[in-house]
Amino acid sequence: MSGFDFVATRLDTAIGWGRKFSLFHYPFVTACCGMEYMSTACAHFDIDRFGAGLTRFSPRQADLLLVVGTITHKLAPVLRTVYDQMLEPKWVIAFGACTVSGGIYRNYAVVQGIDKIIPVDVYIPGCPPRPETVLDGLLKLQDRIQRQKQDWRWARKP
Amino acid sequence: MDPRTRLERQARPESMLVNMGPSHPAMHGTMRIMLELDAERIVNAECEIGYLHRGFEKTCENRTWFNLLIYTDRLNYVSPLINNLGYAMTMEKMLGLAVPERAQLIRVLMSELSRVSDHLTSLAAMAMENGAFTVFLYMMKAREFLWDVIEQTAGARMTTSYIRIGGVRADLRPGWRTSLATAVGETRRVLKDVAGLLDKNSIFIGRTRGVGAISKDDALSYGWTGPCLRSTGIAYDVRKAHPYLVYDRLDFEVPVGECGDSYDRYSVRMREMEQSLRILEQVAALIPDAAPLPAGPAIEPGEAIRRSRRARAAGPIRLSPNLEGSEKERLAGLTAGDGRAGVPPKEDAYTTMEGLIAHFLFFMNGKGIRPPKGDVYFSVEGGNGEVGFYIVSDGTDRPYRLHLRAPCFHIVSALDELIKGRLVADVVPTFGSLNMIGGELDR
Amino acid sequence: MGPETLIGEIRARLGPAVEGVADSFGDPVLVLRAADVRPALAALREPPFDYAVLLDLTCVDYAAGEGRFELVYHLYSLSRNVRLRLKASVPAADPAVGSLVGLWKNAEWLEREVFDMFGVRFEGHPYLRRLLTYEGFEGHPLRKSYPWRLEQPRIPMKGEG
Repeated sequence: MSGFDFVATRLDTAIGWGRKFSLFHYPFVTACCGMEYMSTACAHFDIDRFGAGLTRFSPRQADLLLVVGTITHKLAPVLRTVYDQMLEPKWVIAFGACTVSGGIYRNYAVVQGIDKIIPVDVYIPGCPPRPETVLDGLLKLQDRIQRQKQDWRWARKP
Repeated sequence: MDPRTRLERQARPESMLVNMGPSHPAMHGTMRIMLELDAERIVNAECEIGYLHRGFEKTCENRTWFNLLIYTDRLNYVSPLINNLGYAMTMEKMLGLAVPERAQLIRVLMSELSRVSDHLTSLAAMAMENGAFTVFLYMMKAREFLWDVIEQTAGARMTTSYIRIGGVRADLRPGWRTSLATAVGETRRVLKDVAGLLDKNSIFIGRTRGVGAISKDDALSYGWTGPCLRSTGIAYDVRKAHPYLVYDRLDFEVPVGECGDSYDRYSVRMREMEQSLRILEQVAALIPDAAPLPAGPAIEPGEAIRRSRRARAAGPIRLSPNLEGSEKERLAGLTAGDGRAGVPPKEDAYTTMEGLIAHFLFFMNGKGIRPPKGDVYFSVEGGNGEVGFYIVSDGTDRPYRLHLRAPCFHIVSALDELIKGRLVADVVPTFGSLNMIGGELDR
Repeated sequence: MGPETLIGEIRARLGPAVEGVADSFGDPVLVLRAADVRPALAALREPPFDYAVLLDLTCVDYAAGEGRFELVYHLYSLSRNVRLRLKASVPAADPAVGSLVGLWKNAEWLEREVFDMFGVRFEGHPYLRRLLTYEGFEGHPLRKSYPWRLEQPRIPMKGEG
């Protein structure tokens, strides 16, 4: 292992640690899951304990997109636009069965899972998921962010 | 047809067009409001809905009468139990079922718990949209205690499917009185705190008094019902006008407002919650304590099946904790004792051949609940107003047509009128005071 | 006033507009001639009937079997505390009925919804446009002829043509 690789790995760890505890999330709340999102964000379950308490109401300031609730075909272009407006690095959590797979709605109106429109990092099942499940999903995402490798090619000598 | 919206066609060339939504940060739920502005003043407005149109009515036509109950949970998702109740009672009207007294009392208990949590959520959102975040946190806290009672009984926090055709799914769990008392006490405390924070708060009053006002005639012409209609001074409440369950035996008042503005909608909801808490206490006193459970530990269904292979069960058995409260002995007091409507007892399904056949006959395609031909309308008082179901049956095992009369739909259709002539900053608070619920609005 | 006398009075007032009276699980139902829907409901809105609230408006598709769409109106009278259901049939070939816009304010959205879901035209509606689905949606989803799983995406979906 070269010296550069060692430094890059340590830097990856440091950056990942910094990022995972300062998630600014944008709640794209459409439906029933929003009620459980509210519960998760409030005092009883308190998402703030895990460093994701700061809700940004503009996608341009957020790095975590929480897609909460059913996405219909009418809404699909909007979700795509919101995702495109977010800056890198960005992560997406599919919150609830409808966003994971369309859930109980298999009909003409509903998108069968938001991964048909945007890439998803963590899927949280449940209709709606309990706040504990949401927190578990958040921890899984933080774990993933911690292990993420940066692209250091630009720093290497050619 | 002209692809431009009416607003775009009518707009004067010098005014500015602004689009709010469908994913507007301060609005819960998705709805698009298009505004024509003269500086800060709103000249014209148009609302577009349908972003949460999930095909509820079409889907129900392809589900059996029993299965479609889960879709009703997700209509007004802030008070799912009232939607369950509306659907179940419409079906009971069609089937001619009489629900046992105990089940009726439990239904009242559940629907009032839902109503309080509905009002809490809507006021919390409204207060947050006016900048009062503390109120939001307080009210969400109270809601958790109410949901604890629901969760203990139904096993789920929100989408419970607890109220079934013919009765309720299970009996109340032991200890429900304690948790109900906690919930009522906590809610009372929160209501007192919130009243202290908002009632005389000049910022809150300035942003709600006289804002989004509607006259009695207009409210009726828009088909408003529920707290929003009552805020204009018309005391129409389905619980009083067409009493169902045991509401005619309960003592409660219907609070009304004076001028139908955002502040009146807030104050009517606050006073309604107090009445609902009163109802909760009255109903809790009316519900007798349940008979003690059959002795012995509960067993898993798999174990029950294994035992029944060797010999018939000698005495009553108790199935796994999931089925606690819906024992065979109790079902008689909880569902209309008519085999056509409710799920056959699980103990029988797991241990006897006849029970298994009854179970299959209930759930098989083409069997199960089959109401007579005809159409029926029935409504209950939901969180937002009159929740009505219009059902057409052709005598088969699934609806020919099922339509929901959503109170929210009528209320939100007046939003563009309410905000015309106001300032941009009034849009979101007015919208918040209407309590728009996407699942109900767009279905 | 009992429900029978009320129905009798309404029949007397509306005359030939009423094609029939039915009873459905205890609720009175009036069947109207489609051409007379607007004048009949306008008359019911005024005293002495005073049906001030248009509770609901929806439609049922009998196009496959009986070749018709049935519009269902629910009215509510606050002063008498009674509900009334009215029905009118329109042919499936060219479903059209008079609009109630101008009588009740919520009629605009209710009729747009029925137009969107069933394709029934409301003559005299100022802004008959899709409400719940979107521009470019083909067909009317609540018609029995529309397959309930036929999706019409607005943007390309991954993993599908």
